Amino acid sequence: MSVQADPGYSLSSERLRRRKVVNRIMEALATLAALLAVAVLVIVVASVVKKGIGAINVDFFTQTTSTFSFGPSQSGIANAIVGSLVIVFFAILMALPVGILAAIYLNEFASPRMRAPLQLALDVLNGIPAIVVGIFVYVLLVLGSGQSALKASFALAILMLPLVARSTQEVLALVPDALREGSLALGAPRWRTTLSIVLPQAVGGIITGATLATARVAGETAPLLFTSSLVGNEVNWNPSHPLMSMPYFIFAASEQADPGLQEQAWATALVLIAFVLVASTIARYFGLRSRRRRSGKR
Amino acid sequence: MDYPSTEMTEDTEEQSGGDGLAKAIDPTRLGPGAPSSTPASAPTVFRIDALTAYYGKSPAVRDVTFDVPGNQVTAIIGPSGCGKSTFIRCLNRMNDVVPSFHTDGAIYFHGIDIQGKDVDPVNVRRQIGMVFQRPNPFPKSIHDNITYGLKMLGMKDDLEGRVERALKRAALWEEVKDRLKDSALALSGGQQQRLCIARAIAIEPEVILLDEPASALDPISTASIEDLMHELKSDYTIVIVTHNMQQAARVADMTAFFSLSEVVDGSRSGVLVEYDRTDKIFTTPGDKRTEDYVTGRFG
Repeated sequence: MSVQADPGYSLSSERLRRRKVVNRIMEALATLAALLAVAVLVIVVASVVKKGIGAINVDFFTQTTSTFSFGPSQSGIANAIVGSLVIVFFAILMALPVGILAAIYLNEFASPRMRAPLQLALDVLNGIPAIVVGIFVYVLLVLGSGQSALKASFALAILMLPLVARSTQEVLALVPDALREGSLALGAPRWRTTLSIVLPQAVGGIITGATLATARVAGETAPLLFTSSLVGNEVNWNPSHPLMSMPYFIFAASEQADPGLQEQAWATALVLIAFVLVASTIARYFGLRSRRRRSGKR
Repeated sequence: MDYPSTEMTEDTEEQSGGDGLAKAIDPTRLGPGAPSSTPASAPTVFRIDALTAYYGKSPAVRDVTFDVPGNQVTAIIGPSGCGKSTFIRCLNRMNDVVPSFHTDGAIYFHGIDIQGKDVDPVNVRRQIGMVFQRPNPFPKSIHDNITYGLKMLGMKDDLEGRVERALKRAALWEEVKDRLKDSALALSGGQQQRLCIARAIAIEPEVILLDEPASALDPISTASIEDLMHELKSDYTIVIVTHNMQQAARVADMTAFFSLSEVVDGSRSGVLVEYDRTDKIFTTPGDKRTEDYVTGRFG
C-alpha cells in the first residue's frame, strides 16, 4: 500500500536543513565546553601525579618535614598531615554547630523579613577572600600573642561557616512542610518538630554540605600564612602551638631551590587532591542516600 | 440519619425558617453571651463568633458565626477558594505558622477563646487534632508514627496498648499488625491516611479536624475513611472540610455552606451562607446560593 501526501501538505521545509546544521554546531560547542571543564581537571590531576608520585613512599607519610634536604631525602610530611588534621578538626568543631544552628534559625524560625538580609550576609561572608579573613584573624588574635593552630582553625571556621549554613538551609528547605504540620498538629512545639522530624530528614544533606565545606577549606593557604606558619619540623598534636599544614608546606617547599623539596610539594598536593576526592565521594554517597530516603524508596 | 434529640431538630428548624441567611446566622443569637439552646446530649464544643481571617490585608473568610456541636460530624462545604481550609485551620491555630496571618472575632472552645493571648497553641492542638488533605506520615515506622506524639506528651504508660488501640480505632490494625516496624511510607495512600487518623486519635484529643481527608484517595479508601467517621463520632467531635457534596451528605450531621461574597473593597472573601442540619441543607436549603450549589448549578 502506498500512501500519498495530501496535496499542499508538507512536513519538511527549505529551512529544515539550515536548522539542523545550526543545531549540530550548537550541540558541538556545548559538548566541547563540557569536555574542556573535564580536561582541566584531568590535566591538573595528571601533572600533579606525574610530578609528585616519585616522592610518595612510606617515609613520605612517616617522616617529618625538613627544610634543607639535599640528595635522597629521608624526610616526609607526617607533621603537615597531623597539623592539617588538627587545624581542620577544630575548624569543623567551631563552624558546624554555628552553621547548622544558623541554618535552622533561617529556615525554621526567622520571619521572611529577617531571612533575606541574613542570607545576604552569609553570601557576602562567603565571598570574602581567604586572605582578608587571614589578615582579620591576624590583627584580631595573632598580633601581640602569637600564632597557634586554634587561631588558624578559627580563620578556616569563618570560611566554612557560610558554606555549612547555606547548604544546610537548602536541605532543610527540601523537607516538606506537610511533615512539619503533621508534627505541629500533634501538639509538638517548634523546637521538637525541628529536632525529631526535620533534622533526621536532612541529616544526609547536612553531612554532604559539611564534607564539601571541609574539603574546600582544607586546602586554604592564605589564612594559615598569618596564623600557623612559624612552625617546627616535629609532629605535634597540640592545637595551642602553630602547626605545619599541608597547604602551607606546599607553599613553602615549592619556593625552595632544592628539587627534592619541590617534588615533595607536588606529592603533598597529590595527597590533598586525594583527600578532596575521597571527601567529595563520601559526600555524594550521603547525599544520594538521603535523597533516596526522602523519596520513600528503600 | 438520626439525631440525639428532637430539641436539636426544632432548634435548627427555627434557625433556618424564613428567608435564609439573615436568620440562619443571626449573630446575636449565637454570640458568646447568648444562652445556649443546644441540648445536653450535644453540647456546643466550638462557638465561632464573627471570625474574620486575613492573609495580609485581604480577608480570606469574613464574619463567620456558628456553633459546632459535640460528638457530631460537622461538614464544611463550598466551592474552591471560599476559605474552607483557612477556616478549619483556625480551629486549632495551624495558621499561626503563616506569616501575615491574623484574625478578628473569636473562637470559643468550651468557652475559652483559643486565640487568647495566654493560650498556648501547643495545648490547643493537643486537644484539637488535625488530619490533612495529603497523607503526611512521618518517614518512620508505622509504630513510631503513633508513638511520636505519645512520647512527646509523656503518655508513656502502656505504649504498645495505646498503639494497638489507636490503630484498631482507625480500622488499620488488621492490615498492619504484623509489620509495625515497617516504614509508614510503604503503605498505600488510604492506609497512610488512616495511619494519620490513628496518629491523631492516639493522643486522645477531643476534636478531630479533617481537611479534605479523602481528596487524594481512591473511592474504596474514601469509603473506608467515611465509615471511620461514623465510628469515631461517638468518642470525638469531628469537623470535616470537603468539596465533595455527596461525602458531606453521607457523613455529616450538620453542614455549613461557605461561598464567595460579592466584591468588597476590590476583593472577594469567603462567607458562611448557611448552616443547618445536613438533610435540610440538601433538601430544603434556606438560601438560594445553597440551593444552586447543592443542585449543581454552580461550583
